[in-house]
Amino acid sequence: MTTDVHQLDDGAWISVNDSREINVSDLWLLARHEFCDCEMADFLAEGVVEVGVDYPDIDARFAGRCIQCGTEGVTDWLTVGRVIDPEDGQFYGVVPESVHVPRKRTRLARPE
Amino acid sequence: MPSKVENWKSEVYGSEIREHLMEFAEEGWDAIPEDEHDAWFERFKWWGLYHQRSGQESYFMMRIGTPNGVIESGQLEVIGEIAKEYATGPVDNPEFGAAYCDWTTRQSIQLHWIKLEDVPEIFEKLESNGLSTQQACGDSWRNIVGCPVAGKDKHEHIDAWPVAEDLHEEFKGNDDYANLPRKWKVSVTGCDQGCGQGDINDLAFEPAEKDGELGFNVRVGGGLSRKEPRFARDIDVWVPPEQASDVAAGMSALFREYGDREDRFNARIKFLMDEWGPEKMRRVLQEEFVDFELPTAGEDMRDQYTYNAGHDDGHGDHVGVHEQPDGNYYVGLDVLVGRMGADDTLELAELAEEYGSGEVRLTQRQNVIVTDVPEENLDALLDEPLLEDYSPDPHPFMRGSIACTGSEFCSLSITETKNRQVRYARWLKDNVDLPDGVEDFHIHLSGCTASCAQPQIADVSLRGMKTRKDGEPVEAFDIGLGGGLGEDPHFADWVEMRVAADEVPGYIQNLLATYEDQREDGETFREFVAARDEDELQDLAEAEETSYDDPYMHNTKMTWYPYAEDDDMNASPAPTDGSGQPLPSDD
Repeated sequence: MTTDVHQLDDGAWISVNDSREINVSDLWLLARHEFCDCEMADFLAEGVVEVGVDYPDIDARFAGRCIQCGTEGVTDWLTVGRVIDPEDGQFYGVVPESVHVPRKRTRLARPE
Repeated sequence: MPSKVENWKSEVYGSEIREHLMEFAEEGWDAIPEDEHDAWFERFKWWGLYHQRSGQESYFMMRIGTPNGVIESGQLEVIGEIAKEYATGPVDNPEFGAAYCDWTTRQSIQLHWIKLEDVPEIFEKLESNGLSTQQACGDSWRNIVGCPVAGKDKHEHIDAWPVAEDLHEEFKGNDDYANLPRKWKVSVTGCDQGCGQGDINDLAFEPAEKDGELGFNVRVGGGLSRKEPRFARDIDVWVPPEQASDVAAGMSALFREYGDREDRFNARIKFLMDEWGPEKMRRVLQEEFVDFELPTAGEDMRDQYTYNAGHDDGHGDHVGVHEQPDGNYYVGLDVLVGRMGADDTLELAELAEEYGSGEVRLTQRQNVIVTDVPEENLDALLDEPLLEDYSPDPHPFMRGSIACTGSEFCSLSITETKNRQVRYARWLKDNVDLPDGVEDFHIHLSGCTASCAQPQIADVSLRGMKTRKDGEPVEAFDIGLGGGLGEDPHFADWVEMRVAADEVPGYIQNLLATYEDQREDGETFREFVAARDEDELQDLAEAEETSYDDPYMHNTKMTWYPYAEDDDMNASPAPTDGSGQPLPSDD
């Protein structure tokens, strides 16, 4: 089956196969990023802006703020988890507070 | 390409959702196909049901839309009974107990912990008493707001209540306007105080005189959400009361046809107003959506607006005892953060029947008003013990507090809100002296940028954030100052960012000390803020810890319920069946 990914409720969370998997309000540590000038951005996710699938990764861009320097904006693409076997649709989420490296591109899911 | 939500809406939306909802309710939570959860939860909103946040699956927030906040005789008792019987969750709230009603900033009612299986009984009870959840959420005409004492106000020029009532009748359940690109918020004001808050609505009718006739000027495109606040803009249209419905139909049809259905973040009409400007908005409305000549704007009354205008004259927030034109009185009661226990709600219903006409009204400041109290009943009503908790003469820190739902139930919120604002207000009352003459001081606390507590139009605006304290993430707030409505509305200036939640009361204490020390004679707080530049505002006060204790500093969103003894997400009983028993997990 295909993996169904979207953001809902004004970008409050990401649904993967009709299961709420990623919420806003987590802090994400970003390395090798262009979000702000901090070497390691301490990024508060306030809203999901876009979601995408780049098998097996589920990716998202978040609106939010680095709570170290205060820069506001939208991140590049972050991998929020993986669906390794599309047949069973099982989602394996990443740990937000571990270190993540944003990417410039992914395959867009349908617009929300 | 239309958004996914639009595709779901194109399959089933509007009134027809109800039969599906009732079937699911009959068969139970498990009957909703797992791969259709998101689609159905999106649709259920149209019938006022909003699936609660992660960890609370199978439970719903239910919103009841009461136009203009008018709760007719007998209805409050029904609402209290429903809250008591159906809105009790697995764990009590430490401030508010087992069951409670929330009076919202849009003069609606919200109940929590509603189980799908109970919906048919609740609908039957509501509807047999003239109440409904229809279009309380979702992409359509929302609850119509206005001056809460419309028809009973000495400052009134037009009785806005029949107009609001007409709009409610016309546009609730009207298939032509059932599926809009996004929510559609309408305000009708008939008084010269400005308490309909038209400036922050998608469509606002505001009192104005044209050629000696009273009617409304029309404003379009207000709203506070997503760090994109806008005041509604004057489209240079005047309308007599009997044609308000035609113009409203035209404007919402314009929104239906031209609103953005591809990007929900860009869908509200404020963004179309950004793109078009008021002249084009008027032109398209005239050319395509109304079949009569729109008169140009009349003379408005905005220079008389006192509501949330930064000074203390006028009837202000409607709290207190005020005479009605018919010689009776209305008594506005302060409900701290808008939440009232179910038993208290039932008692209030009894008092309204005993001392007034039974009618109660809700304000946009989350308070309640008992109307139609004869003078001879006033003393006895004011002596009632319930009014010790819901005072007609509250301390300014209590009456000025507004808070949204927050992480207790809401998916979008970053922080805990209502219980925290209760604690803030109590601490400030006990520890901070307001400068002489300050009777009105608004502190609005919103858990996120959706701005349901309307933070941008408060003296002190609090917006949910995070920061680190001793290396650990804690809940925090951005602090804005000097917002409000009135003739020249102004959004708060964001002054202090990421203040740890336990340092906010200390900041406000220091801020008020500076204000008292530095203010000019008669200078209001709003004027005091307006007179200072960004650097001066940042120097006004420091945040600091005080004796205030905050039990919600941890990430309350990571809990299944912030006040549960075992609040770990894995300890959640949800989802449950119709009797509240946990359902077996698929994992």
